[in-house]
Amino acid sequence: MSTATQTSLALEMPSDTYLNSSYGVKSWFLTGDHKRIAVMYIVSISLMFLLGGVFATLVRLELLTPAGDLFQSDTYNKLFTMHGVVMIFGFLVPSIPVTIGNFLIPIMVGARDLAFPKINLASWYIYIIGMIFMLAAIISGGVDTGWTFYTPLSTQYLTTHVMFTAIGILIAGFSSIFTGLNFIVTVHRMRAPGMTWFRLPLFVWSNYAASIIMVLGTPVLAITLILVALERGLHIGIFNPALGGDPVLFQHMFWFYSHPAVYIMILPGFGVISEIIPCFARKRIFGYSAIAFSSIAIAVFGFLVWAHHMFIAGISTYSALIFSFVTFLVAIPSAIKVFNWTATLYKGSIHFDTPMLYALAFIGLFTIGGLTGLFLGAIGVDMHVTATYFVVAHFHYVMVGGMLVAYLAGMHFWWPKMTGRMYPEAPAKLSALIVFIGFNLTFFPQFILGYMGMPRRYHSYPPEFQVLNVLSTAGASVLAVGLLMPMFYMLWSLKYGEIAGNNPYRATGLEWQTTSPPPTHNFHETPIVTQEAYDYESQTEEVEVVG
Amino acid sequence: MSAGGDHIVSPKIYVTIWLILLAFTGITVAAAYQNFGIFNPIIALTIACTKATLVILFFMHVKYSPKMIALVIGCGLFFLSILMVLTCADYLSRAWIM
Repeated sequence: MSTATQTSLALEMPSDTYLNSSYGVKSWFLTGDHKRIAVMYIVSISLMFLLGGVFATLVRLELLTPAGDLFQSDTYNKLFTMHGVVMIFGFLVPSIPVTIGNFLIPIMVGARDLAFPKINLASWYIYIIGMIFMLAAIISGGVDTGWTFYTPLSTQYLTTHVMFTAIGILIAGFSSIFTGLNFIVTVHRMRAPGMTWFRLPLFVWSNYAASIIMVLGTPVLAITLILVALERGLHIGIFNPALGGDPVLFQHMFWFYSHPAVYIMILPGFGVISEIIPCFARKRIFGYSAIAFSSIAIAVFGFLVWAHHMFIAGISTYSALIFSFVTFLVAIPSAIKVFNWTATLYKGSIHFDTPMLYALAFIGLFTIGGLTGLFLGAIGVDMHVTATYFVVAHFHYVMVGGMLVAYLAGMHFWWPKMTGRMYPEAPAKLSALIVFIGFNLTFFPQFILGYMGMPRRYHSYPPEFQVLNVLSTAGASVLAVGLLMPMFYMLWSLKYGEIAGNNPYRATGLEWQTTSPPPTHNFHETPIVTQEAYDYESQTEEVEVVG
Repeated sequence: MSAGGDHIVSPKIYVTIWLILLAFTGITVAAAYQNFGIFNPIIALTIACTKATLVILFFMHVKYSPKMIALVIGCGLFFLSILMVLTCADYLSRAWIM
């Protein structure tokens, strides 16, 4: 959209913003301002993302050739484990809620801050402590259980730093609970006058749904990890058959959290897409209520499907049938969202700005990821492709093609609101294109590899798989370029980017009615909401909302 | 926060609940020395659940809180029951297969 380009010469940065309200290290590390905490989280999770990316690079380099010639098998086991642990618990789970969500949810509901600012700050410190434990485990030799910590492998047979890592995840889990709790209370109690539930932006609905899972699911992960520690440290038999335990019980408890955790990761991404599509299609979102309720449905149904990760673990056939059926049900609310976004595009006045490019990429990639999830939910197909690269490809299509792409979409969309400056459009569009091409080149061959029978988590493979693996590694290098580009041009834009103005996209929503960047208390006067969230069609050309 | 937080609970109630909890702990220890067969875990879990309920109601002030708080706790228990029921459904139905 060219609005920002046309008017930027006349714009000035606001004098009173959350960035210049106070200075010094203390003003950041002791802040209660949700926006500053969001910025601190952006820096933190970006560092974890870079670290996870280094491990992914090393994994892909090893798989360039069929022989295990770069790393020993033990080292390779550590690399893919640490890639998974760092990416999932250090980046994907917190990602959108703690960064974009933290920054925007109070503003979107018309509040001055989250309900519990100190708990919000505490969540960041707890996250950092959790990550320090994880880094300590990595530096002192790493862990090689896989990110799933399956027992009795994790409790009996391995001598790597399982405890350190588990403690790190346990601690980071509390950060997640704090964030979820804050969002739930804020949405219930702190909405501005006139901000009814059905005027809430869909980003708020989706983060609310994710928060429910955070609060209800994360304690189960904590309990499970404590039980692993008790068995590993004190030899109390819980999961180890040799001690009278049951290893499948671990899988039940682990996946009871870890499957809904996938929805913690992707639901906020859905919210981002629901904001971007109507803005750049200049249309009211199609099926607001259906999208809102589908988020809640995903949060609820997401708790009923976990055993589809365990079809080959020896669970009962009848139980597997039920879980398979419910897995198919959970596809319905996801499909509702995709159809509604697509319907919103229909006859829209579509602008292909960078956030929209990412959003369109999201729809395609998430659809592939979601549909291949149905393959895996079908017991017969799952028996064939479980623990192969098919699963790896499916998961990355949802988590990278879906969540990461949505994160990038959101970061570009709200970057002018966060910083007051526009990102440079041309390199941003180029990076979106590179990410899309690199991503597909990396992960689509893995579907074929998995279907052909290549198992995951091995550092060597038969030579007939090499061509597809070379394609995948080549794609990973392209993807890395696409992902590194925003880091550079967004940092560049902090100083040299065009001044964005309050509402560079002429978007609806309360966040666009305040200054860019917003003042410490978000609004100079409490906003009064009189309209629905996506009233683009009645918007005139002259609308330029001023905070 | 005011609805639950403003209610002042007398020390007498706290002490009474504490004594009841101690009594249940004593019963737990005593029960551990008896063999009730299949009822061993049932008795232990019943005592534990009763104690947890007392803690939630009185020490965590849920008895004096708005219904929304009870609803939130109810949701937590409901989701916990999903974990237990569906996990047990797996264990119980494994033997059904021919």
